[in-house]
Amino acid sequence: MRHTAKKLFMTTFSLAAVIGALLFTSFPASAADGASVIEKGKAVAFDRKKGNCLACHAMGDGTLPGNIGPPLIGMKARFPDKAKMRAQIWDPTVANPNSIMIPFGRNRVLSEEEIDQIVEYTYSL
Amino acid sequence: MKKLLIATLVLGLFGGASLSVQASPEQDLKEFRAYFKNRFPGTPFNDFVNGVYSIDAASREQWEEIEEFPPYELNIEKGETLFNTPFANGKSYADCFDKGGIGIAHRYPFFDQESGQVITLEGSINACRAVNGEKPLKWSKGAIADVSAYMHYTSRGQVINVVVPSDPAAQAAYQQGKNHFYAKRGQLNMSCADCHAYNSGNKIRADLLSPALGHTSGFPVYRSKWGGMGTLHRRYGGCNKQVRAKPYKAQSDEYKTLEYFHSYMSNGLEINGPSARK
Ligand code: HEC
Ligand code: HEC
Repeated sequence: MRHTAKKLFMTTFSLAAVIGALLFTSFPASAADGASVIEKGKAVAFDRKKGNCLACHAMGDGTLPGNIGPPLIGMKARFPDKAKMRAQIWDPTVANPNSIMIPFGRNRVLSEEEIDQIVEYTYSL
Repeated sequence: MKKLLIATLVLGLFGGASLSVQASPEQDLKEFRAYFKNRFPGTPFNDFVNGVYSIDAASREQWEEIEEFPPYELNIEKGETLFNTPFANGKSYADCFDKGGIGIAHRYPFFDQESGQVITLEGSINACRAVNGEKPLKWSKGAIADVSAYMHYTSRGQVINVVVPSDPAAQAAYQQGKNHFYAKRGQLNMSCADCHAYNSGNKIRADLLSPALGHTSGFPVYRSKWGGMGTLHRRYGGCNKQVRAKPYKAQSDEYKTLEYFHSYMSNGLEINGPSARK
């Protein structure tokens, strides 16, 4: 009995330690720490297997961009409403049914979280 | 209710009408040529056979140097040897084709009214082997691309002349190919036309997109990326994969009809295959 109690105590303790560690590492990232979300968004946007936005857009300091879509600069002025810009990335065929741009959200090319990250990065340009 | 009924009726009529006034292949061809002429006013019609190099002075010079000592020369030689080597029964490829198979690539693909099928040159090469009791060659690269390269080489300068007869089955095959060309596909949702018509001349990352006019004239091609020869259907598979669409098999009905439409759109241009590409 005492033995089990000790074991139980130990597990609870180590579980708490693990959760604590998790909290400490995940808390700053999820707490809208601007810089790191933008950094993540940039990484996903530039990744050829993810956003690959550079295939079509000049964007930030990305090298060898394509020119199929417009350069992505001054986005706050272009899209006073951030949600509208997100909608363009989620499914560009709503605004232009024949758009060559990929419906990243509708076709699940990117997760909702990845799209949120890309939105933050793009909006910072 | 009555209003709704009328609306439905009108819609139905329009829907029906737009189907029945489907443009004829001749009309399509006219518009296709005009589109590219307008998009690339600096490119003479006959130059569209050179793919991306017809619109890109920057990379053209280097390509012309490559074409002087072409990487596909050995493939033409291999193809010629294969072409002239008799089958086990003593016959050879020459026995299967009009004019002994020399200078006829510009007539392919064609619609065979008897079988109701689009017949491609590669399809005929394997059909020739079959009737002579030989095993078929693997599609899309290797020996079949070499034989095709030789047959195209002997057809250089011949003007592409793909015929779409008024036979409804032929018209349907043409339409199927046209649909493939203009339909968005794959997880990335892009059509052939998105890249090779509406964005031809634009850059996708560092790659300039070639115009679809003249696309088929230079095949088969030797690509440095492949490290060898490949047929048109091999390229189709690659372009389908790029948009994360499941590619069809080489010589599938889907690709044969696509080739039918795609080659018809290059009518009036000269065969200049095989060619070298990046
Ligand atoms: C295959 C080409 C292509 C890719 C890849 C692409 N886009 Fe686009 N994008 C376009 C085109 C073309 C437009 C112009 C509007 C239209 O046709 O939809 C556009 C428009 C936009 C706009 C609106 C710009 C404006 O000023 O109106 C935004 C924002 C945008 N893209 C963001 C992105 C992001 C972020 C990515 C990557 C996650 C991306 N795009 C990937 C082709 C592309
Ligand atoms: C995402 C863009 C994209 C799409 C969609 C696409 N292609 Fe391509 N295609 C390319 C690129 C890039 C190349 C290599 C550069 C060039 O020659 O255009 C290429 C090359 C080709 C070539 C070789 C041209 C030559 O001269 O060697 C053919 C033929 C071709 N594509 C046909 C098609 C067909 C048919 C489809 C639709 C089934 C298609 N492509 C869809 C991007 C695309």
